[in-house]
Amino acid sequence: MINPRPGSYLLGGIRRLGAVTVFFVRLLLRCVPSLSRPRLLIMQVYNAGARSLIIIMLAGLFVGMVLGLQGYDLLQRFGSEEALGTAAALGLLRELAPVITALLFAGRAGTALASEIGLMRATDQLTAMEIMAVDPLGYVAAPRFLGGVIAMPLLTAIFSMIGLFGAQLVGVQLMRVDRGVFWSQTQGSVDLHDVSEGMVKSVVFGIACSLIAVYEGYHAEPTAAGVGLATTRTVVASSVIVLLFDYVLTAAFL
Amino acid sequence: MTNNASAQAAPAAPAGDVVVAVRDVHYAAGGRPIFAGLDLAVRRGRITAIMGPSGTGKTTLLRLITAQIRPERGTVQVFGRDLAALGRAQTYELRRRTGMLFQNGALLTDLDVFENVAFPVREHTDLPEPLIRLLVLTKLQAVGLRGAAQLMPGELSGGMARRVALARAIVMDPEILLYDEPFVGLDPISLGVILRLIKHMNEALGITSVVVSHDVQELATIADDSYLISAGRVAAAGTPAQLRASNSAAVRQFMTGSADGPVPFHYPAPDYATQLLGTEPA
Repeated sequence: MINPRPGSYLLGGIRRLGAVTVFFVRLLLRCVPSLSRPRLLIMQVYNAGARSLIIIMLAGLFVGMVLGLQGYDLLQRFGSEEALGTAAALGLLRELAPVITALLFAGRAGTALASEIGLMRATDQLTAMEIMAVDPLGYVAAPRFLGGVIAMPLLTAIFSMIGLFGAQLVGVQLMRVDRGVFWSQTQGSVDLHDVSEGMVKSVVFGIACSLIAVYEGYHAEPTAAGVGLATTRTVVASSVIVLLFDYVLTAAFL
Repeated sequence: MTNNASAQAAPAAPAGDVVVAVRDVHYAAGGRPIFAGLDLAVRRGRITAIMGPSGTGKTTLLRLITAQIRPERGTVQVFGRDLAALGRAQTYELRRRTGMLFQNGALLTDLDVFENVAFPVREHTDLPEPLIRLLVLTKLQAVGLRGAAQLMPGELSGGMARRVALARAIVMDPEILLYDEPFVGLDPISLGVILRLIKHMNEALGITSVVVSHDVQELATIADDSYLISAGRVAAAGTPAQLRASNSAAVRQFMTGSADGPVPFHYPAPDYATQLLGTEPA
């Protein structure tokens, strides 16, 4: 059915943005006290981080290997295949690691967060906390949000490392680029600026993805369909936001 | 006994004795009016039954009493304090004196039974571990589930989950206990257990109890006062026996569970014969 009032989409979008912002501020206020519950926080870093390790490492390895293969093919046309290390390292650190880690994080940890919190809402667990005079925003949402924010840069760093190993695997072991040249080129061309670009991106993506997941779960309709919808929206919104922010941040860093 | 005016007067009690006072409450959800001038009072140390057909807003009433929602008009007072005037901290302070049993238990799924009961204690006190253990085990013993302390909520039956939730609701020694449909979906044995526990909590611990339910027969055996809510207001109030003896056909239909009466069996529809013969659009 065609919406008779197309402006309502825009208004709805703005209202939602406002709601997310208010939620974000309330969440941030609860984050400091939740640092005093290290057990809850560590549990959530484990949930969001350690449990995403396998998919992150596998993806990192293959992305690095493809990068090695494509990079070698491209560079050897100009006779400069020894620049492979530089290309792979910069590509991974600045761009591929933070973005792909964030997209995988949204799919793995983000959906888990949204559906877990959504189910807690649907089964009255959040209301029960309210009645027991325990703030669910502080007990449930804040540690999960912080856990995601802490886990993302760690995962990104691991992705970069494994990716570089994968690029080296293909470039050096398979395509016979000189090992010494590969690493010295890498070492010579990567500076702190490149590493920090990737890290800043990963922290921003961590905040965005965790916020979206926690928000969607917290505001899910308390039904099976509602929880499913919250999960879907988490992935869609996270992916779009990550790619959008990636462009903005890249432009800011250049 | 059948009109609203008599409902206000029915359970007469000294003013200080009223723990929850709901006065002229109006509330609508999604454009549908749920309460239109609801008046009722819960007295200290008694079991008050709130009855009514499904969809009359019995659960909404509990949400009003626990300050999760606010009435559009009228006041809700708990322990003599107007809920609308309370800030967040004061609301939480009041909720610590209130326990609530949810329909499905609402146990925290990532904690085992022991930790679920210990949850409010850990959150609100700095008691040493041995004392918490003692407290939790006593409460679990009271609901007969001390042996289930190490089980996870997923391993419990519906009746057991509700009993654990009851142990959790009383662990902070509340003055009021609210029960939301405590009998729904229970087998006869579990139902009997819950019924006995509600009575026991009230008698042994002196907890004021509000039981929201449409299981009239069960409620009638334990309730001291009862209210029948219909169409957004109190349709009848009094002891269960008084309600059953009511001369209002609507009250009697509800109390005895007849299929047809003032509340019709049939949802409004065009004439049966006309529709079957196809002269009327379906």
